[in-house]
Amino acid sequence: MVSAGALRVVRCGGGALTGARAVFSADSFLLCAAGDFVKVYSVGTEETLRLMGGHADLVTGIQLNPQNHMQLYSSSLDGSIKLWDFMDGIPIKTFTVGSKLLALYTLASVEDSVFVVIPEKGARDTFQLVSVKLPKGAGQDLEAKELSVVLDGVGASLKHIAFGREGEYVVSVKEVNLQVYFFKRKLLNRFSLHSVKNKGGDNRFSCVACHPTEDCIATGHADGKIRLWRNFHNRKEYTYSTLHWHHDIVMDLAFSMEGTRLLSGGVESVLVQWHNESSCQQDFLPRLGSPIEYISMSSDGALCCTLHTDNRITIINSNLRFSKSIQGLIKSRDVKTGLVVDPRTKALVMNGEPGHLQFYCLQSDQQLFSLDIVQRQYIHEAGLKQSDLVKVAFSAQGTWLATVEEREEVTDPELELKLWFYEEETQSFKLNTRINTPHDNRITDMCFRDMDELEDDSLILVTAGRDCVFKVWAMVEDTDPEAQQSVSWSCDFVGSYHNYQATNCCFSEDGSLLAVSFEETVTLWDSVTWDLKCTFCHPPGNIRNICFGRLTCSKYLIGATDYGFLCCWNLLTCALEWSAHLNVVVLQPDPLSEHIAAVSWHSKESSLFVFKPNEPRPIYIQRNLCKEKILLAAFVPRDEPETTGPEKYLWLRRSQLFFLTDTQELMTFSTKPLEERLTPSSKQLAVEESLPMTPFSLLLGKHRHQQSQEDIDLGKLVVHNKHDQASPAVKELLHTPAHVLPSASFLCPIFINSLLISKENKSAEEVADEVEMESEKTEDDSDEERGVTEMEQEDTSHVELLGEISCKLSKSQEKELRKIRRVDYSWISAF
Amino acid sequence: MAAYKPVVVPACPKLGEKITQDTLYWRGYKTPVQIKEFGAINKIDFSPVPPYNYAVTASSRIHIYGRYSQEPIKTFSRFRDAAYCATYRDDGRLLAAGSEDSNIQLFDISGKAPLRQFNGHTKPVHVVGFLSDKYRIFSGGDDYSSILWDIPSATEVTSYREHTDYVRCGCASKVNADVFITGSYDHTVKLFDARTKGSVMTIEHGYPVESVLLFPSGGLLVSAGGRYVKVWDVLKGGQLLVSLKNHHKTVTCLCLNSSGQRLLSGSLDRHVKIYSTTSYKVVHSFNYATSILSLALSPEDETIVVGMTNGVLNVKHRKPEERDEKSQKKRQPAYRTYVKGRTYMPKQEDFCVSKPVKRVLRKYDKLLKSFQSSKALDAVLEPPIMLHTPEVTVAVMQELHQRGTLRSALAGRDEKQVNLLLTFVARRVIEPRFTPMLVTVADMITDIYQPVVGQSAIVDKQFLKLQEAIGKEIDYQEELLEVLGMMDTLFATFTKKRDAHLEENKSNGLTTETNRN
Repeated sequence: MVSAGALRVVRCGGGALTGARAVFSADSFLLCAAGDFVKVYSVGTEETLRLMGGHADLVTGIQLNPQNHMQLYSSSLDGSIKLWDFMDGIPIKTFTVGSKLLALYTLASVEDSVFVVIPEKGARDTFQLVSVKLPKGAGQDLEAKELSVVLDGVGASLKHIAFGREGEYVVSVKEVNLQVYFFKRKLLNRFSLHSVKNKGGDNRFSCVACHPTEDCIATGHADGKIRLWRNFHNRKEYTYSTLHWHHDIVMDLAFSMEGTRLLSGGVESVLVQWHNESSCQQDFLPRLGSPIEYISMSSDGALCCTLHTDNRITIINSNLRFSKSIQGLIKSRDVKTGLVVDPRTKALVMNGEPGHLQFYCLQSDQQLFSLDIVQRQYIHEAGLKQSDLVKVAFSAQGTWLATVEEREEVTDPELELKLWFYEEETQSFKLNTRINTPHDNRITDMCFRDMDELEDDSLILVTAGRDCVFKVWAMVEDTDPEAQQSVSWSCDFVGSYHNYQATNCCFSEDGSLLAVSFEETVTLWDSVTWDLKCTFCHPPGNIRNICFGRLTCSKYLIGATDYGFLCCWNLLTCALEWSAHLNVVVLQPDPLSEHIAAVSWHSKESSLFVFKPNEPRPIYIQRNLCKEKILLAAFVPRDEPETTGPEKYLWLRRSQLFFLTDTQELMTFSTKPLEERLTPSSKQLAVEESLPMTPFSLLLGKHRHQQSQEDIDLGKLVVHNKHDQASPAVKELLHTPAHVLPSASFLCPIFINSLLISKENKSAEEVADEVEMESEKTEDDSDEERGVTEMEQEDTSHVELLGEISCKLSKSQEKELRKIRRVDYSWISAF
Repeated sequence: MAAYKPVVVPACPKLGEKITQDTLYWRGYKTPVQIKEFGAINKIDFSPVPPYNYAVTASSRIHIYGRYSQEPIKTFSRFRDAAYCATYRDDGRLLAAGSEDSNIQLFDISGKAPLRQFNGHTKPVHVVGFLSDKYRIFSGGDDYSSILWDIPSATEVTSYREHTDYVRCGCASKVNADVFITGSYDHTVKLFDARTKGSVMTIEHGYPVESVLLFPSGGLLVSAGGRYVKVWDVLKGGQLLVSLKNHHKTVTCLCLNSSGQRLLSGSLDRHVKIYSTTSYKVVHSFNYATSILSLALSPEDETIVVGMTNGVLNVKHRKPEERDEKSQKKRQPAYRTYVKGRTYMPKQEDFCVSKPVKRVLRKYDKLLKSFQSSKALDAVLEPPIMLHTPEVTVAVMQELHQRGTLRSALAGRDEKQVNLLLTFVARRVIEPRFTPMLVTVADMITDIYQPVVGQSAIVDKQFLKLQEAIGKEIDYQEELLEVLGMMDTLFATFTKKRDAHLEENKSNGLTTETNRN
């Protein structure tokens, strides 16, 4: 355990949702494996309801407990199976198996054991399906030692094994082989296809699904074919029929609950529904956005959901209509744009879907929105070169966005520079200018002159290209009143230096100087006259990164070279101030302070150095940050600067450092210990549970059983809440789901009353009198609800009896309580 | 789930002159009517009252033209020598003119013989004008003097001898009946007040003044002389406001349009320039056949009349406002039915059933949506699209290329279709915006149809045409490079800033040609 206050590297941005098939619970929850966690979504509102953590490694399988539909089994690479109560998000039991678990299956017919895929002992890359008998001990942590091997040589993926009708048989596919094992007869049938690839065919299996009611197995293949196997009891006389629509690998298959429909999905990101295997009749749901990884059906067959490779869950109606989608952080294979922070929303901006820019909110772990930059139909086909976004830059206020898209061609890359303006009315970016072929070769860097205080006409954009020039783009005002937009962008200046490729560009903090690096040389340009002011060079090695110091260190220019040097030049003396031998991969200045973070990559580990340009000694060093190579980093300003925290981490007070590794993990630093980080959510849950006073629960739950108990409870609560200065009525109002609340006009007086300061000096007698009057009234009001009124009377009598005890209850609050109850009854009688 | 995104047809910037509100306005004139006069036309003046006849002074005559008449409706020819500067009075009933023989004559519009004759100048009188009280006229002559006359008595009121050269232009203030200005070849413009004995203000124009003009408000003064048009603020004591140098020969005449928003200047360089009086930028310009001496604009800008040195009077009438009332009447009820119920706001108890908006896709988009590449290409090779919107054709080709199906879409076509395709490519490949794509297409076509070359005369001919077009373009580019090289050497002596501009030109102006058949 790391000592308190120490910096820890934590993952953020959620895990990949594609660890396992999603599971629909019986009551409209959607359960999903997300990295080390299991997430519970509400199907109705797409909200993340709970995050269940406890596994130490990726969750590889989740299945509902067939015996209890409120419980969930999950398996993980850390070798444990956990049983959860997902309604409350509580782990019930943990079974330790001991070896990596790659997939998890449950069967209704087998009560006390589950099936998992584990690597075979002593052999590499061979896996076996074993059944694990779950011991019935009393404790929380149990060891599951009773393993019995069911099948050998199975595929490692969840998709390669399926259980047949009522658990009679299990099917496993690997390469071109299909195995069927019949549990009762203890019979193993093996079938294999030709492995030769003829006519572009590829017979390798990719996934398997079993018909829920018939003896039929559907298998997907790498060449896009789907085969339906029948009569596989017989080793010789088995048959199969072929369905073919997909042009590339079939990623997953699923049968509907009755088995009348078969759903298949693949790289094309089209969900195909096969109605009748003989007629080849199909329905399509096209353009789902990204390749489909898993398909799962709800148990009542009303919904189906697809998990996509880009961390998206799409919920689809039974009639194949798109219903909802839940989008996490899209992890594209190659984040070319870098990590950029949107100044307006403080969201992290990077490549999203192909051709899109995703705005990802770090706080809520949700995609804010996705901006279509390329505006072309994306064709999901492997090996096709399509335009993608390579560079993004925001102006300081976030009003302008510049994007560069690129399509690799055999000869020249096709480039397009687009400038977007943020429209306040529509709250989104609108395309302002499109520039075809801004440079003759690839654009290497792009930056805005970001000056906060100056007006718009100081805004310029600089692009550096491999065609040995950098270009300055400026806004031109259209004098023509007829024109649709008043400004557009055009090239203002083209600069070059000895025909070297321009690699980086950067503006000083006040915008007066532009630094452009040309291979080994850094050049400084006056941003008004565009005169070359001076050059810096620190051979050998090309310049990899440059940045200016900020605030008090604005007279320094920092550069990192290929040959592992970090140099700091003084702009006033035009001399090298200091240099250090460091193989810097990422150089990132904090926009709010003088600090600069440099991430180095040396002997297979990344280290972080934080320094101020005015002194060569780093402020903070963290060696062995993580095993993966860090590709990108970004400082995200905090909403409010942290005031507490050790002196050592002063540099983390105003902004937070995020970095992205080559395995597309988004990481950050946290000073809080693990427990603290995890608690807020669970605390919140606890608070919510101790608030059972929704009108509904008041009515149905405690009323029926123990009236007096409740009153005392409530009394206590009221008393307690006096200190908290929050009345229960307000809480009730705020915590009750909107759809069960009575109309607002009923609630309004309660709400208002609850906000009044109560008079406490009234005697208990008075209180009792009033109460009686009240009860009489209620009797008159609700003649038809006799039972209810009786209860009401009982209730009031209790209050009378307990008058002395609960004299602390103020009159107004008592009134309130009664009113709430009355309101409730009238509301329920409407049903 | 995203909807199908139609092919983006890149909009190309329109090159050449920008169409502004002004260009549209000033272009709204019919083809000019040319009337031949006897000599150089030194003055055109519109009658301030309807029907807005205009007096044209040329040689020894003054012709009065009606609005649409090509023949003069009246002629004053009682001049022994050349007449100058026939000017209407405010009420349009009197006309005064100077002449070469140093007299000034006053005519009644309906009469023939002069009503009054003013003698006093010793040299030709080139400028005459009425003061705004209607009872006095001022004149300026080659004897360097400006004289104020009383009309009823035909006597000289005051004589100002302050100019040191010919007085050739003048103008009376419309707001003050005592103020008039004269411009002279001594480079000055002088402001006279009839109540004083001398000039009250002198403005140095810097060049011989050819024309002066006062704004209707009387606050601004415009003088033209040499290549310059200068605007002065009279109320600030003759401070220079702007100096406009848009002509490359002497500016001879000035004129304001009826609203006072635009200033027109005519010059010997055959141009009439129109300036905005707010920004003093040229908003439009007209071209004429010969040097312009005089210029007038009728009230409401209905007619522009320009007189030239060769005696040609150029009259342009404004086109009537186009209003096709008939078609509008036809359309209106139909449109109303169309939008019926659009603005209906649902009430609280109404159930809203939303109808999905049907997106209309073009034919090629529909085909592309269903991945029918070949048919999509066929759809954009249809003549209307191919001829009028070649950018659509090229955009679809680009899309197919990006999808990697262009080759298969191009292949397997018969003679007629290949002919069509090659015609298109040969014609458009030299257009810079299409070049990159069409070079690829041409490459592919030659690749695909290489085996069948020689089997069809039509296709062979098209191939030759393509080759010719590309050859020509290469020659052209080479020539351009030469020119650029020459310009390079010229600009090399210029400042650094210019240097940068040149580089920009170079990078934008070149398109590489790689395709040779």
